[in-house]
Amino acid sequence: MSKTVWKDLGTPEIKSGNFVDLLVDGVPVSVPEGTSVLRAASLAGLSIPKLCATESLEAFGSCRLCLVEIEGKRGYPASCTTPAESGMVVRTQTEKLAKLRREVMELYISDHPLDCLTCSANGDCELQDVAGAVGLREVRYGFEGENHLEAAKDESNPYFTFDASKCIVCSRCVRACEETQGTFALTIDGRGFGSTVSAGQKESFLDSECVSCGACVAACPTATLMEKSVIEQGQPDRSVITTCAYCGVGCSFKAEVKGNDVVRMVPDFNGKANHGHSCVKGRFAFGYATHKDRITKPMIRKKITDAWREVTWEEAMSYAASEFKRVQERYGRGSIGGITSSRCTNEETYLVQKLIRAAFGNNNVDTCARVCHSPTGYGLKTTIGESAGTQDFDSVEDADVVIVIGANPTDGHPVFASRLKKRLREGAKLIVADPRKIDLVDGPHVKANYHLKLLPGTNVALINTIAHVIYTEGLHDQAFVTERCEEVNFKKWVAFISQERNSPEEMEAVTGVPAGDLRGAARLYATGGNAAIYYGLGVTEHSQGSTMVLGIANLAMLTGNIGRSGVGINPLRGQNNVQGACDMGSFPHELPGYRHVSDTVTREMFEREWNVSLDSEPGLRIPNMLDAAHSDEFKGIYIQGEDIAQSDPNTQHVTSALESMECVVVQDIFLNETAKFAHIFLPGASFLEKDGTFTNAERRISRIRKVMEPLGGKADWEATIMLSEALGYPMDYKHPSEIMDEIARLTPTFTGVNYQKLDEDGSIQWPCNQAAPNGTPIMHISEFVRGKGRFVITEYVPTSERTTRKYPLILTTGRILSQYNVGAQTRRTDNVVWFDEDRLEIHPSDAELRGVKTGEWVGIRSRSGETVLRAHVTDKVQPGVVYTTFHFPESGANVITTDNSDWATNCPEFKVTAVQVEPVTQPAQWQKKFEQFNKQQLELLAKAAEPERV
Amino acid sequence: MNPSQLVKMVNDISNFFVSEEDENEAIAGVSGHITRFWDPRMRKEIIEYLINDGGEGLSTLSRAAIAVLEKPRA
Repeated sequence: MSKTVWKDLGTPEIKSGNFVDLLVDGVPVSVPEGTSVLRAASLAGLSIPKLCATESLEAFGSCRLCLVEIEGKRGYPASCTTPAESGMVVRTQTEKLAKLRREVMELYISDHPLDCLTCSANGDCELQDVAGAVGLREVRYGFEGENHLEAAKDESNPYFTFDASKCIVCSRCVRACEETQGTFALTIDGRGFGSTVSAGQKESFLDSECVSCGACVAACPTATLMEKSVIEQGQPDRSVITTCAYCGVGCSFKAEVKGNDVVRMVPDFNGKANHGHSCVKGRFAFGYATHKDRITKPMIRKKITDAWREVTWEEAMSYAASEFKRVQERYGRGSIGGITSSRCTNEETYLVQKLIRAAFGNNNVDTCARVCHSPTGYGLKTTIGESAGTQDFDSVEDADVVIVIGANPTDGHPVFASRLKKRLREGAKLIVADPRKIDLVDGPHVKANYHLKLLPGTNVALINTIAHVIYTEGLHDQAFVTERCEEVNFKKWVAFISQERNSPEEMEAVTGVPAGDLRGAARLYATGGNAAIYYGLGVTEHSQGSTMVLGIANLAMLTGNIGRSGVGINPLRGQNNVQGACDMGSFPHELPGYRHVSDTVTREMFEREWNVSLDSEPGLRIPNMLDAAHSDEFKGIYIQGEDIAQSDPNTQHVTSALESMECVVVQDIFLNETAKFAHIFLPGASFLEKDGTFTNAERRISRIRKVMEPLGGKADWEATIMLSEALGYPMDYKHPSEIMDEIARLTPTFTGVNYQKLDEDGSIQWPCNQAAPNGTPIMHISEFVRGKGRFVITEYVPTSERTTRKYPLILTTGRILSQYNVGAQTRRTDNVVWFDEDRLEIHPSDAELRGVKTGEWVGIRSRSGETVLRAHVTDKVQPGVVYTTFHFPESGANVITTDNSDWATNCPEFKVTAVQVEPVTQPAQWQKKFEQFNKQQLELLAKAAEPERV
Repeated sequence: MNPSQLVKMVNDISNFFVSEEDENEAIAGVSGHITRFWDPRMRKEIIEYLINDGGEGLSTLSRAAIAVLEKPRA
């Protein structure tokens, strides 16, 4: 098995319409102009030895192994750095070349330990392969002279080692860090024979700026950079192509397995979302899947103060079904509901919403998109007709101007961020709109042209000023608007946006952004060429989240930046399958494919397929369910792979709602915070334990494939089927592919999707149907899905969550590279080396005013509650704004956040909470209660595992 | 459900549609949004809150929109 997971053609693909024809070893080959001779030879089916060259990196020409002879040219040029030319006659194998290559290899091996049999790369070493290929039989120089054989090993990184004694200084790692990842953490230190790879300024890998993306490890042709898991477990013996279960980028990976154990996850070069790149989470943080905290047996209990009792799947399902029925008989059909999971597959979320609509008999189904991107669905459906982003990730390669609003891609969507940074290094311009100084604002070889450091909660004011400048200065694309958009609504919108009150000067006091910067940014977006908007939860998690999405769509339509590569509206989705969960009908008002439940034609189609009568009225959203629980109107819930007790706002409101319910069923891989309030626990299956599909932020449907058997005995889709049957509504699927077939039958945008096509194509971007049989990378090319684009008036309405003397600061929240959302997965990996507690970022002036220093405890108090965190004093945040992450349950970040929500979707206003911050000496009252409750619940769990109990 | 929460929700919706110059369209916008996205129990409760309890806290547009809501069967 090769460490590189594709046929490495040596140098990157060149995109050119002009082709050149040449002969390589007598084989005719035609390649795009600019292609290297090395790649041309590879395409001709020939193999030239190489060490410093690899397809994912620009040619470097240092190893001197890929030498060739070219008729009419003197010497022996390196084929990796020599462009192919028409009429060229190349020889790759001659006696002279063989001798030269052997001598070069001899020099390499003269300073390399001859421990191949015990080396971790044995069988997966390009150096070893090349030594064999060139026929190296002896090393004449011995090891007596100066060498690097005793060079120290750096084992500081938890996931890989750097063994300098095996380094051939090919610079592939350094170049991967620069070109692929864009971090520039590695360098070659010293000169000539003294050259060594160095992390930062001769720091350890852990102490350096290395972000552990693994690009250097994947690029290394020897055992110098090697996964510790391979060193410990040996080389894998089989591999399975699957999709990452972390963020919405949806990277394709090769899960390399030995027996039933995953040895390593190697990014798939053929993956269309990631093109062979990865981040620290997807690449390395998969150990949670077999963590000792996994719960693998169903459990039940009458009350949440009772000990858990392990039971069979049959007993658990029978109990759950009888409880749900009892609750419905007592409190009514609408008294129960469920939550689908954005971490589960399309097929699984489809089944859960089907169970709720068909077996529960109501539409009380919702999903975690409620708390993240539900405004995206509303805003984009309203303006352009489809609840999804308009582009593929490749589109960024054609962007000339990029606006990043309320997103922190280097932390939240790191693999996309690397591609964005590459484009920025090529010269694209960047506008960042964010209250914080995110890394993109000023990073290695990347600097934002404008950082619009707005006050939290003023997004809509900001987007309006940008639109105002563009329209009033005549920078808009009138031809596009006339051809593609509704005239009446545009005129109304123009009357609104042209008003002076929307000018940057008038709004400067509101947004906190200098008018000159806003005008400059607006002009750049409108006139800088292809302009693309990428945004995240800093847009959606506001009281005007949907208004802001409408404003973004207005802007893209106004400037004609939609319908081609390099432009568009790009929501950076949070979780791996949050797009898919929404597509699959997880919202209480929509059936799969975003069709309203009141749509009789659609509903009747589902009724015929499902053989059941469906409710034509929308059901309860998650916050509505919780409110209804407080009124004793909602008493039972089925939650698959979701942790509302940690992820949703106003924690105490959530947990008291859960406490008031009589039947809480949680299906998860761990006893998460919500499960501590459950009566029935169903063991979930990780993404490694089942088949299915995920849909990423670019609407790309990708397969996940079973790598190991489910630890709990059932994949999640199998458990849902069992529960449905126990409820009296049998479902007959033998494999997730049959579920996808049903989805395709019922959903116009999925008509052409099936597992065979997914296997053949690798992945498909919906819509995939008769009109687009191979999927749709870019939408709205000639017309919008809704026909004409609709401009919508976006009046700025300040949030009711205001600062006062009692609560003078604004708290905003986000996430960090090494941890993922509620942290249930990443907290159970070595990623805690980088981040082991949530901290409160506070500006030096606010800290000084309060006598707060970095590392000290501070109490954060809002109108909802109070918690205590350690402070981190930094100018990343602006005065008046504090920031924290929410990865650790004991932090209680959401104890502070409020019930305020987006007007259209009830997406919580996580990004704006008025707080006071003060030095304290002890945990908050809530934290003391949390610790006590958590201890009690873990004791009750421990009793479940005891074989003999009284 | 807690009426004050429903009042806040409907007022938030009205705050979006209030910029619509045509009053009838603004009313239709709010009532249409509630019909499209609210569980019928919530619609029933807000209607009853306006009719039976006077609708304290509801904005003018909210009141007008609730007044035209069709009472759910539930």
